[in-house]
Amino acid sequence: MRARPRLADGTGPVLVVLLILLVVLAFAGPAYAEPSGYLALLKRAAPLVVLAVGQYFVIVSGGFDLSVGSLVTAEVVVAARLVDGDDANTWWVIALLLGCGVLVGLVNGLITTKLLVPSFIVTLGMLLVLDGAVFLWSGGAPRGALSPSFRVLGRGSADVPVLGQVPWSVIVLLVVVVVAVWFMRSGTGRMLLAVGDNENVVRLAGGRVDRLRLLAFVLSALLASVAAILLAGFAGVSAQVGEGLEFRAITAVVLGGVLLGGGRGSVVAAAAGALSLEALFSLLNLLGVSGALESAVQGVIIIAAVAYAAHGAGLRQILRRPVPDTA
Amino acid sequence: MSAVREQVRRRSEAPARARMFVITPVLVVYLALAVLLVVGSVLVGVQGGVLLDHGGILNILTRGTVLGLVAIGQTLVIVTGSLDLSVAYLIGLCSLVAAETMAGSPAMIVPGVLAALVVAAAVGLVNGLVITVLKANAFIATLGVALVLRGYLEHNYTGPAGSVPRAFQHIGYDRIGPVPVAALLMLLLAAAAWWYLRRTRAGYHMYAVGGDVDVARLSGVRTGRTIVTAHVLCAVMAGLAGVFLAGRLGSGAPYVGTDAGYDLESIAAVVLGGTALAGGRGGVAGTIGGVLILSTLDTIFDDLAMDSFFKDVVRGVVLIVAVALYARSRTAGRSA
Repeated sequence: MRARPRLADGTGPVLVVLLILLVVLAFAGPAYAEPSGYLALLKRAAPLVVLAVGQYFVIVSGGFDLSVGSLVTAEVVVAARLVDGDDANTWWVIALLLGCGVLVGLVNGLITTKLLVPSFIVTLGMLLVLDGAVFLWSGGAPRGALSPSFRVLGRGSADVPVLGQVPWSVIVLLVVVVVAVWFMRSGTGRMLLAVGDNENVVRLAGGRVDRLRLLAFVLSALLASVAAILLAGFAGVSAQVGEGLEFRAITAVVLGGVLLGGGRGSVVAAAAGALSLEALFSLLNLLGVSGALESAVQGVIIIAAVAYAAHGAGLRQILRRPVPDTA
Repeated sequence: MSAVREQVRRRSEAPARARMFVITPVLVVYLALAVLLVVGSVLVGVQGGVLLDHGGILNILTRGTVLGLVAIGQTLVIVTGSLDLSVAYLIGLCSLVAAETMAGSPAMIVPGVLAALVVAAAVGLVNGLVITVLKANAFIATLGVALVLRGYLEHNYTGPAGSVPRAFQHIGYDRIGPVPVAALLMLLLAAAAWWYLRRTRAGYHMYAVGGDVDVARLSGVRTGRTIVTAHVLCAVMAGLAGVFLAGRLGSGAPYVGTDAGYDLESIAAVVLGGTALAGGRGGVAGTIGGVLILSTLDTIFDDLAMDSFFKDVVRGVVLIVAVALYARSRTAGRSA
């Protein structure tokens, strides 16, 4: 038990699940016999992990962000149109996308905190608006193209001294996770967790509840923009690129054992949940399960994960009893 | 004695009189609907059309029928403090079950409808049991069930299947004057749901559970059973919507529910109607108002040939403004 306190409550199970999935992957597919297979998996999972971390901030503070999927789509379509295949446009467009992300997050957060509208409704409205905007702008078929330098972030690799070729998206992923972990250990992060647990207590203790929740929405939308940049590079431009990503991100966060309604769970668990989900999809793919059943599997998993979280305490006790000194 | 009685009477009258001047969400919804109809008529009139002619009324009511059916069920669930995200896929599934069971033969109409409703009730039962027995959050539980249904639909169907006999298609198209029969049936069901929520013990239990589960449980309400009942009823309403759509389309279609976004749309209608998303407050009357507002908006946009983008933006804004107003009046009431 002494080695464990560094892991937040509930992180253990999802890490075990992830480990099992990774081991099974090694047996199921020859591509996973060497590290490059896992590196490819990480690269594929990077957008979802980044999204899940963003969603984690909102969920842990007691809200939902349903707008991230349509935000990703909107930003990819906008990026393609503005960059228009020209390398000179890459950097200001990336800056613009991140700015738009912050703006969307601000709107979500301000309406939630100032107008007291439930975040479910606010982000649902934002989803409608963004979907409509994409359709208006693109007429259903996105125009323009991304420049090679824009796509580097999603599909290119960087030379890292010891490890050799490491995809940029994996580096972005690691930076995001490390910064998020650091943030959640800071005073602000702990306060955010407290807001999700009991808003009134934080308010009475002098915490700025509104500002913290606003911050959560801005972070979520900002990270969705990062995910959009990665996805645009990785998967290319389409008007369906973000479809269903919001629910997938929420699934990942829940799989990581983060309680809906806020106040519990860790970033690492959310990221591990996203990674597990992606690993599972890869595994199903390798086993020849049809893509159509993917969502059914996702559905069963999400229910099982939440049920485990609800009954976990009792179940853990039962599991622990036969082997008292597992630690 | 009589003095006491007088006092009691006066005291019970006072809040009643005060309530007359308090603007209830239901009143706001129907006022908004009236304003919308007037503004819409003027806007459409400026462009040389008529909003509320025969075709316009038919259009509003036909659009409102399916959404109304789903939203009535969704109201029951939301009042109970839950949520159902699985209705959209369930509508598609039920339209397929009905159309495939009927297979074009008039003799199979009743079994077809029954089969669809049984499937719907089973899905609702699963939703309810996952929430109550597995103690999963309603959002996640019904999202999970929705994903399972989606997987089933995607795996087994690529397009429309089954066929509905001509006799049954009448339910989709018959009308009395400009009023579709199906819309009347929907309103009848709405009245039944209103009666159930406001006049029966089970209905009151739904409000109690939505208000505070723990208090309800401590007061002796069987909370689990109430939640399961709400979900089964909601699913059956979605099943009816699926059957109706099968009647209109002449066959079952797997994505008929999701293409129209009936999951989120029905929640939007319920919330627009003044029902608190957190549960325990609201009702069917407001929901029908919300449904009519949404379908009137759609009809106005169509008449004005407006861009679909503005459609979505206006819907989003209407929804958010409505909820903000409700939230504001509620906090004002609390501090007063």
